[in-house]
This record gives sequence, C-alpha cells and structure tokens, in this order.
Amino acid sequence: MALTADGIGHSYAPGTAYAQRALDAVTLSVEVGELVLVVGSAGSGKSTLLRILSGLLAPQFGTVSLDESPLTPASARGSIGLVFQDAESQLFAETVLDDVAFGPRNLGRGTAEVAHAAECALRAVGLDPKSYGQRSPFALSGGEARRVALAGVLAMEPRYLLLDEPTAGLDARGRALVRGVVGDVRARAGVVVVSHAAEEFLGEADRVVVLSDGGMAFSGSSAEIMDDPTVLDRVGLRAPDVLRIQQGARERGRYAGPFTLDPVVAAARLAHAGGWDV
Amino acid sequence: MRRSVLSFRDIHFTYPGALGGGALCGVDLDVAPGNRVVVLGANGSGKSTLVRLSNGLSLPDSGEVTVDGLRTDDESNLTEIRRRVGMVFQRPEDQIVATTVEEDVAFGPENLGICRAELRIRVDEALAAVGLSGLERREPHLLSGGQKQRLAIAGALAMRPAYLVLDEPTSMLDPRGRDDVGAIISALQAAGTGILHVTHDLVDLVGADAAIVLNRGHVVYSGSPGDLLSRSELLRDCGLELPGILALGIELRALGVELPSSAMTPAGILESLWR
Repeated sequence: MALTADGIGHSYAPGTAYAQRALDAVTLSVEVGELVLVVGSAGSGKSTLLRILSGLLAPQFGTVSLDESPLTPASARGSIGLVFQDAESQLFAETVLDDVAFGPRNLGRGTAEVAHAAECALRAVGLDPKSYGQRSPFALSGGEARRVALAGVLAMEPRYLLLDEPTAGLDARGRALVRGVVGDVRARAGVVVVSHAAEEFLGEADRVVVLSDGGMAFSGSSAEIMDDPTVLDRVGLRAPDVLRIQQGARERGRYAGPFTLDPVVAAARLAHAGGWDV
Repeated sequence: MRRSVLSFRDIHFTYPGALGGGALCGVDLDVAPGNRVVVLGANGSGKSTLVRLSNGLSLPDSGEVTVDGLRTDDESNLTEIRRRVGMVFQRPEDQIVATTVEEDVAFGPENLGICRAELRIRVDEALAAVGLSGLERREPHLLSGGQKQRLAIAGALAMRPAYLVLDEPTSMLDPRGRDDVGAIISALQAAGTGILHVTHDLVDLVGADAAIVLNRGHVVYSGSPGDLLSRSELLRDCGLELPGILALGIELRALGVELPSSAMTPAGILESLWR
C-alpha cells in the first residue's frame, strides 16, 4: 500500500517560447505510516510535485500509482488529501463545523456520518467542536484557522495526506500543534510534507527528498541529511543553524561525534570538543 | 518643535464581539528615527492590532497614537500620517496591486500627485534599495515569494516614509528570502528609518534597539533585546520559542563559553569556541 511517483517529469507551456521545466525524473514513494519530507527552495518544483501526487495534474513523463493501480482523478478522490499552503485562505462557510463538513458531504456521505467525521476531525486538530463548531471561520486566529483547514481535509479520512508548507507563518505554539497533528495522522496515513524549513520535520521524517531546479538533489534517510547537512546548503537552502555549527566544527577537525538537532545536546558536545568544560 | 517619534500612549483596544483575541490593554511604545523596535507575541497577542493602529487604519478605544505629533484620531492628519508611515504585511500578495513591478511601486506616490520625472526617480531608488533593479517590467506574479516581499517594501519606500511598520515580513519566506529582507531592513534602519517590527521569530531581535513582548494584549516585557533572550520562562509562557541557534548559544554560555551577544551566528559561535 503506497503512493508512488516513478520517474515523473513535467514542463509548463511545453513547445512554446515560455516552456519551463518544473520537474525532471523525480521518484518518491510513501507508505501508510510513513512521513516523507520534501525540501527545496522557491521554484524547485515542490508544488508541482504535490499537484501531481494529488492527481490534480497528470505528469508528462513517468507514472504515479496509488496502491499499485495507476492514479486517476477518480481514485485520488477521498484517498488523497491535499492541504495547500496558506490553506486558511480557502475557508468559506458560515461556521467552522460547516466548513469542515464540506469535504465528506461532497464525497456523498450521509448526514450523520458527515457530522461525525467533521467533529472527529476538529478534535484531531485539537479544537473542541462544542466551543469552535458554531464560530465563524473568519474570527479565528491564524493558528486556529490553519488547523480548521487541516480538519477539512482530515474529515475525508484520506489514506495519504499531502501538506504544502503546513507550518509557514505560524507562531511556535501553532507550529507545535500542527506538528503534533501530523504526527497523529501518520498512524493511519502516509504523509508527504513539503517545506523550505527543513528543521521543522527533519527529526520526524522517515525519508527526505531534496529538490533543486526540478531534479532530485538528494533522496535518503533523514539520518543521512543530518550527518551531511551541506546537501541543503548546496541547493540554496540553509541547513538548520544548529547543524551548520556542528558541520563547521567538523570541518575544523574539532568534532567527530554524530550530529544532533537538539541545541542543548549540541552545546554540551561542542563545549566539550572546545575544551570549555574542564 | 514636534518631536520625531511614532508613539503609542496607554493604548486600549477591543474588537466588538470578539473573545479577547487581538485586544490591547495599556500599551506604551515609542519608535524613534533610526531605531528598530521589535514587538513579539504569539498569534492573538494583539501584535497585528498594533500595526493597524499605527497609521489610523484602526483607532484605539482610549489612549493616543501620534506620528511626529500628529494624532491618528484627527481625520485631517491621515493623509500625512499614511505618507510618513509605510506598511508591509506578512503576505505580499495582499498589497501588490499593479500588473508590472514598476507600476506597483509607483502606485502610492502617483496617488499623491507626484510628477512623472520625480516618480521615475522614486521608483528607481526604491527598486535599487530592495535589489529589484532590472525587473521593472516583470509581472509581479512571476516573482518568487522573497522578491514579492521586496516589491511590497519598495512600494512602501517609494512614499519616502519616516517609519516602516512590518507585520511578520519574513514568516512566509524561505531562508534566502528571509536573509534578503533582513539585510534590507538593517540598511533602512541605518539610513534613519524608524522601524516597528512585529514578529514571532526571536531571531529578529538580533540588531534591534528595543524589544516588547505582548501577551493577550498586555506588555509583559519592555527593554533590551539581549536581556529578553535570557528570560526563557517568560518566553515560553508567551508562546515564543527560542530558535535553535539562540538556545545553543545560551547553553554554551551556561557551560562557560565566552560568547558575546554579537556572536550569535554560526560563524561567531565557531570563532568563540576555537579562538
């Protein structure tokens, strides 16, 4: 059971003077229970990849399969959930509950089932349906609105969840809540997170794909990226500062230990390596 | 003579019917020319309300906001206030109006009735200040996120404002875009623009003149940016998170590493570790 893209390539406006290659020979697979992190700077092809994986866009090259059958718009419906960047800008209904219910209702589910799914989805994102259900989606804070948008996709109970910059623009609490939701969802879905902030999900990801100019600059485990964060620097992303400092110490021949994202652990190892703790 | 300052005095504000989110309760704050004041707070702390109050988009329930002595609650002042106070928001798409880069930058001053020759000078200057020279004819939607935010800043600069109010200007940008915008902000500050910088990212404290923390509309900290970083409990209670590099730096200091505040960069920390 997996959502798999095999050797996909795509250009916008092919055959014209404006032709622009967005993706080239990208291969990626996510199984239920896995979290795959896709990082890349602006214009690297991240959003095109998500549109293809969600069935919104058919790739010009390569294949996408959903649980071993070719992905079609029909098979994507209800199986694959896509949460756009800035998803809260798409909230539209009069109440939070109605907004969240829109998806499952459109899938033709019965009234009772829709209400149940919407309430469960709100709880899953940490919002009590009793206190939030009847509020206007336009009177929410940024972090609450983002989670309502997320609930709207979760209410369709997708087996694969695709998230475009899910924590961008949120404060620390909002980011932690969204990361928590993603961690919970992962128990029953395959999750692909696209982000330029590698540190947000690097610690939790099973695999990481680094995109650069539409191509795969790296594909491997998050442990491999942690051990060689210069991969991120080379494609114009910035490795998390905590890793950069450890990398700098290694390049000076001062640091042999494994890298960590935890600043406290990193500080202890660096201070020791620098002879400050004697 | 009127003192040059963007000033908030004992500001109280509530949104009608709201459950308290975004309200302000007794806020005092001054932004002088060439100063950058960072206002920190979690979502719903009242940060964005402060932004809207700064040029009269909203008016306080009580207290007064003045721009170089001009009160925002006097409608006859608003044109002049909005010329002096430029605004840049989190999502540049929200404030880009024209179909080419240069027309977008020209939009504000054109509405002031400025002549074409002067307009050309201002547009060229503003685009140069944000590093977008050469993209005059580009369609704004073809720009990257970072370029769009720089365009929004250029639009504000073309008004030659004395103050810039920035509402989380880098929170949607990738690291490169964040660095570019950060460098522009520093240059404007050095050139004498007063900057009110609203953010939830503590990294923005580096190089700031003063810091204010809002929590549910109350000022819970007002003082030096450097001292704030050592108040980890306060920061946590206000929903603010120490960025990895600052947490690492503070921990290194606790372990005895001599690390000046100015060295809170990867290179600076490495230098301090192995002098």
